[in-house]
Parts: sequence; structure tokens; C-alpha cells
Amino acid sequence: MSRYIPNIDENQRDMLEGLGLSSIDALFGDIPENVRLHRALNLPGPLSELELGKHMGGLASTNVNTDEYACFLGAGAYDHFIPAVVNHMLLRQEFYTAYTPYQPEISQGTLQAVFEYQTMICELTGMAASNASMYDGATALSEAAVAAFQATGRKEVLAAGTVHPESREVLKTHARFTGKRIIELSFDSGKTDMEELESKISRDTAAVIVQSPNFFGIIEDLHRIAEIAHKNKALLIVSADPVSLALLKSPGELGADIVVGEGQSLGNSISFGGPYLGFFATSNELMRKMPGRIVGETTDREGRRGFVLTLQTREQHIRREKATSNICSNQALNALAATIYMTIMGRQGLKEAASLCLQKAHYAFDQLVGTGKFQPLFSGPFFKEFTVRSTVPVEALNKKLLEKKIIGGYDLEKAYPKLLGGWLLAVTEKRTRDEIDALVQAVREVEA
Amino acid sequence: MSDMKLIFELSKPGRKAYSLPDCDVPVQETAALIPGEYLRERDAKLPEVSEVDAVRHFVGLSRRNHGVDSGFYPLGSCTMKYNPKINEDMARLPGFARVHPYQQSETTQGCLELLYRLDSMLSEITGMERISLQPAAGAHGEMAGLMIIKAYHEHRGEVKRKKIIVPDTAHGTNPASAAVVGFEVLQVKSDQRGNVDLDSLKAVMSDEIAGLMLTNPSTLGLFEENICEIARIVHKAGGLLYYDGANANAILGICRPGDMGFDVVHLNLHKTFSTPHGGGGPGSGPVGVKKELVPFLPRPVVEFDGSKYYLDNERPLSIGRIKSFYGNFGVAVRAYAYILTMGAEGLRRVSETAVLNANHIMNRLKEQFLLPYDRVCMHEFVLSAQKQKEKGVAALDIAKRLLDFGYHPPTIYFPMIVREAMMIEPTETESRETLDEFIEAMLQIAKEAREDPEKVRGAPYTTPISRLDEAKAARSPVLTCSGLV
Repeated sequence: MSRYIPNIDENQRDMLEGLGLSSIDALFGDIPENVRLHRALNLPGPLSELELGKHMGGLASTNVNTDEYACFLGAGAYDHFIPAVVNHMLLRQEFYTAYTPYQPEISQGTLQAVFEYQTMICELTGMAASNASMYDGATALSEAAVAAFQATGRKEVLAAGTVHPESREVLKTHARFTGKRIIELSFDSGKTDMEELESKISRDTAAVIVQSPNFFGIIEDLHRIAEIAHKNKALLIVSADPVSLALLKSPGELGADIVVGEGQSLGNSISFGGPYLGFFATSNELMRKMPGRIVGETTDREGRRGFVLTLQTREQHIRREKATSNICSNQALNALAATIYMTIMGRQGLKEAASLCLQKAHYAFDQLVGTGKFQPLFSGPFFKEFTVRSTVPVEALNKKLLEKKIIGGYDLEKAYPKLLGGWLLAVTEKRTRDEIDALVQAVREVEA
Repeated sequence: MSDMKLIFELSKPGRKAYSLPDCDVPVQETAALIPGEYLRERDAKLPEVSEVDAVRHFVGLSRRNHGVDSGFYPLGSCTMKYNPKINEDMARLPGFARVHPYQQSETTQGCLELLYRLDSMLSEITGMERISLQPAAGAHGEMAGLMIIKAYHEHRGEVKRKKIIVPDTAHGTNPASAAVVGFEVLQVKSDQRGNVDLDSLKAVMSDEIAGLMLTNPSTLGLFEENICEIARIVHKAGGLLYYDGANANAILGICRPGDMGFDVVHLNLHKTFSTPHGGGGPGSGPVGVKKELVPFLPRPVVEFDGSKYYLDNERPLSIGRIKSFYGNFGVAVRAYAYILTMGAEGLRRVSETAVLNANHIMNRLKEQFLLPYDRVCMHEFVLSAQKQKEKGVAALDIAKRLLDFGYHPPTIYFPMIVREAMMIEPTETESRETLDEFIEAMLQIAKEAREDPEKVRGAPYTTPISRLDEAKAARSPVLTCSGLV
């Protein structure tokens, strides 16, 4: 018997008897005989808890992890510090074993946390409204494009080539199946090429999509891009790094209409790529074009403040094929992690963490370039991530680093074949001077 | 319970809940590194609280939630089964939780092996050739599956296949996902036994049909008795069959979508395979396909060359990438641990028990509540509050009254073809005693509805807040806390 199934054979017999049935099989009489599985599934197990722990521990131990290795790899997933409180709160069963808050009277915990999350996201992004979160940064960006198509009635977006390559891929998958056009812009010294943007934008452009800091870590001139977009009555969609927003002027202030981004950096472990959360925030005008769940404030019968899922007439369970999106969930627990993280770090802490990233990334950059073996690939201002050009194959660098228990940077050639020798490194507040020096020392030794 | 403050209302300038090391590299002026025009002039107004304030706040919030561990949660179609604790620990192992998705594949073999093996297990369970773990949720799996169907037809030059058939009992996500992928949606009605009406189905068949989406058992909790005939009709017209796995908890080891004729399947790891719902996510909605559709799966696919696991991105017919990285890996770890814990026999027992539990409750409630489809049900069933409605007590009122008994109510007003619907799914992780107590509560409420309907309409009485004004929330939306300082 399984420890997760309380009813024993005796219960089963009694319950069947109560139903006037002779066997369990009688419950499945509606299933045509020819589609029934007349054999046991071919699966491993069952394993006891002890055996499972050993097996899983064995699998996990074959992976290199960031507890034991110093991670300089970013490119969309970042090894930031996560305060202990985050995990302890996430393990409150009332949060993680609950479902979507359909019954607000017994879901105020989730609902209020989402309301606080929405407020914090609006503060960071400088926008008026936020939804309850989405699958991840890449899908949030695609959904932002959909919202722009719906809001403008236009069928084309311009996407900067400096947007995360995987986000652009997801965008293209969407566009392919919905008959929309994605035009990619090239870049000039690691930033969106303004001349090209001005020449390609037109009355068919629903939105301009940029990422800042972009995939190369460089801060884009959002103000200028917003002007160009708005002159053509196109929307500006910005994908942002939430940690950077503690220091940087918010995209909202610079003219963005929709701000999305990968929220993993806010208290979520890197977990081999997921689960993460995508944040999604808009101006007041676009609030009703937002996909996904949204929480709003209201009052109960006694006039007490409470929170509910709201603006649901946009959604699939009411609108079916006419809904703004097919999404019927959010990444609630990941958004909760982000909310707890932003609470713990707070106004000063997030700024301090961002400053540490900034300082350490620049130190690492200066040290690497100082070896004479690396040249700056681009010139724009950067936050926690930067690129250099290596004369030695990046693969060789990363291999050498692994021997020193260091996870090296991202090989830009994978996504940008022209950027041969391009190396993208992320330096978070977790990296120490010793680790940075060890990285520099190790790559100094690698021969061409 | 007193009003719960917002975290911002607890904020006091100067308080802190964090600690960070001092900067150990030479510090430069921020303005020397980033031009001033890019820098914030005022701080983002995040809260300023102590660690104790923060912990008490979130514990306070948690106490205003009902989870599966708090008590019975028979929310139909959501499969709110127990979430095993060991699986939480497994997903948090540093070798899973702290692995970067772009590490060289020789340093992530354990992660890749887990994904590859989970693909095999889920393929065996569903009777599919391969499963992609990319989709982040059920609706995301639907979207990917429909893209696969569209890409398949287009590849064969059948570009006019632009219509997807959806039964009137389908989840709202089915038609919404079809529309998102650019399909036109055709709805077919159900017959008196709750099956798809075969004449209606035949009537909409044409060479423009791309496929049919079916949940089986349906959202009425009934097994589609004519599944073989439906598969024949759709396939004969050149369409494909899509299996919405929302209700797969009824069929583990008993029958398989692949054997029923389905070509594309999605599962919900957060329902059938015990991973926590997290208050609305993260989920995972793997999409599986028959052999001829494998080339169309989303990129990348985890492959094994006999000695090592790797990510295959070179898939020219693939629908493309649908999410960053490799799906919700942490959710996959939990589902993998669950399947290994249960084994084949255990999974079969899951479905047998889930179905028996549902029938047990249904049988005891059908005298007091209208049962629109009086058949043996699968893992869930749908009651109607129409009898109670005559006394002015709606399904919503019954749901709210259940809160006072400590239960999460069933899904209400769905499926739409049943008036005053209440969809009840007990799952296999509940004991007979729990089921019987719930039955007693329902019977008590039925009695109240007859004798004191006002009492039911005024419910709930024991929750931290009473019924909320949802119309007000939608009319003038307040989505953020205003007046932050």
C-alpha cells in the first residue's frame, strides 16, 4: 500500500459494497474493452523514501552546482543571493499546497501577497498596473507583443537583436502561428541601432521591443527609443532586469508602455532553467489588455478590505475563444518568492545588492581587460553583465575554469555566430574578490 | 481576526531585514560607471521592515489561506491531491536547484537524465512516442500541442485545415488556446448521457478540420463511451485527436490516450503527478505525441547517444521554442520522484481509489442534490444545485457555506452545460472518514437550504472576511497600494 493512499483493502471492499458493485473493475465498465490496458505499465519503482532519497541524491550529485562552484554565467538566469527567510516562507503549506484563489474568503494570503507583488513590480518598473505574473520572461515578452497587436490593430513588431536570443525565438514561434511579423534589428556597438530603427519603423509597427540592460549587459537608450516608437504611434515594450531597476531609471519614466522581464533574480533559485516567473506591467491605458490573472482590492459585506481576482472578463473561462490570452494560471509561488525577497531586501537592500553587482562586474571587467588577453567587445555602459573578446576559444576558457571550480561565461558565438570569441560574464553580489581574481588568474594561463 | 496590514503599512524608514557583505573590490562612483541620465532619481519604494516583521507578515498571510494540508480540497478538475514532502526536499537538492541552465552539458548530466527518463515514463503512461517537458502549464501544453497539429498539416500541404472542434463541456482554455494558435473553433454539443453527440460531430466534419480536442474523462467526470467511434470519424476526415490530460488521474494504468486513438496529449504534472499548485503555479504541462509528430515537438529535445545526454536543437520541423530554457525543471523533479515512489501498481491504485472515492460521495449525495448524469462516474462528478435554487440557494451559496465546515468548496458553475453546477473531485489521497464527513456536511447544507435558506445565503461566517464585492473591484480597479512613502 502507498503511504499517500489512506484507504486500505477493507475500506475499498466496504465502499464497493455500498455502491452495490462486486469489484473495482466494475467502476471502469464505460471504458471500451479494446482500449483498456491489459498489462501493467512498464515503469521503475516503487521506491521507499530511503531508496528514493539515495537515487535522487545520486542523480543530483552528477551535476555541478553553484554552491560548490563560483558562477559567472548569467545570460538570463542569475546566481543572486537568496535570504533564508524566502524558502522558509515558501514551505508554509498554506501557500504551496493551495490552488488559484477562486474562493477569496479562504485565499486572502495568496491574494494579498499578489497585490503586494503587483505594487512592488509597479514601483520598480514605473508602471501603473501589473498582473499576477506569467510563465517566465520570454513568454511574458511574447504576450506583450500580443497585447500590442490587440491594442494597435497592427501586425508587425520590431525586435532589437540585443533582446535575449531565446525570447526572440519564443516570439517568432508565436508570430509564425498567428500570422504576425517580427522584424529583427541589428546592433551597433552592442546597442540597438537607432538609424536602422528609424528606417524600419512604420505605420505597420505595433511595437518596438527592446531589452535593457540588454543581452550583452548594456543599458539601452530607452528615452530615445520611446520617442521614435511613439512618433510612429507604436508602443514601446521593454524587457528589464528587476535588480537593475533599484539603480536605473524605470522604463516607465522613460516612456515604456509595457514592461516585462524575467523575475528569477528576485529570490528564485536557478533550478536548471525553471520554474521562474515573468513579470508584466503596463500603463493605465493598457491595463485591460493585460493577459493572465490580476488581483484587485475591494471590500467585504462588513466593509473590511479584501482582495479578489479581478478584470476576469478578459479571461478564457468566461470569454473562451475570444479571450485576450489562453493563460489561466500564474507562477504564484515564484511571485510569492519574489515578494518575500523584495520585502527582505527592501528599499535599501535591493539597491545595495545592485550596487555590489555593478562594482564587482566593473572590477572583473577591468581585471580581465588588464591582462591584455581580452578586449572590450562593445563600449556602452553596463550593469552586472559584460562582454569581452577572447583570443582563445571560449570553450577552452570555460573548460579550464571548471577545473578551478569556476563556472565560466556564456559563449556568444552560440547565438551570434559573428561574435567569434565573444564571452558574456555575469557578476552578482555573491561573487567575492577572491573568486574574481581566481577567474582572471585561471584564464590568464590558458594558451591560444 | 483583525484587518491584515499591507507590508507597506508596516514599513518604517531605516528598518532592514537583509544583510550583505561589504564591498571587497575598489568602489567607484556610480555616476562614473553609468551616465547620470540612466540613474534613478528617487528610490523604488519597497518596504523597510525588520526580519521579524517580514516573517510575521508572511506567516500571517499564510494563515489566511486554505491548502491541501489544511483540509479537504475537492475542487473539481484540479486534482488537489496531497503533495508529498520528500519531493519538496528532492527539488531543493543543490544538484538540482542550483544548476545553471547554460552550464556545459557534461556538468548537467543528472538533470538531463532526469528529463529524459521522465519523458520515457510519461510516454509509457500515455501511450505516446515522446513527451516534451517544455510547457509551463496545461494551457501552455495545449498551445504547443495545437501548434504541432497545425505544423503537421502545413507540412503535408493541407493548409486549409484551420478548424478545431471542441465539445461544449471543454475547459475554457481549449477554445482559447485554439484561437491563440490561429484556429477557428467549432463547438459540438453533448448528448443526454454526457458523451459527444455523434451526429453533431459528423455534421461538422470536413476537409477543413485540423483536429478535435477532448478531455476524457470529460469535465462531467464521465468516460467518453464512444471514443473509438469518435477517433474513427476524426481520423477518417484527416483530422488529429488532441487529449486534454486535465482528468488523467482517472486512467493511470487502466487505459492510455495513445491506445484510444489520440495523437497529441498534454498532462498536468501539478494535478495527476502530485506537484504542488503553489497558489496558482508553477505547474507543468508536458506535451506528448505519436511517432509521426515527433519531428514537430518544441525545441530543444533531450536525447541520449548511448553514453551521454544532450540537448538537441537541430530539429528543422520543430514548431520552435515556446519557453526559455527547458521547461519548469523543478516541477519535473517532483513528478519524477512521485512516479518512482508509486511505481506502476501504485499509479493504478491511485486511479482506482480516486474513482471509487468519487463514486462513494456521488452515490450518497444524489438523493439530496440533482445528479444530471446518473452514471458511474470516474474521478469526479457534477451535481446541480437546482433543487436548492428553488429555495433561493445557489451553488455559490452552498460553496460559501462549505467554508464554515472547513472545506475548500468544489468547482462551481462549470461545466457550463449544467445549471448551478458543482464539480466534486475528492482524489485518492483522502480517507473514507474524510469523505463521509464531507458527505455529512453537504447533507447538512441541503437541510439548511430547505429549512433556513437565509443561513446558507449569508455564509460564510467563520472566515477572516465575508463575501467580497467583486463587481466593485472590476468597476474601478485598484491593483496596487497607493500612497507609498
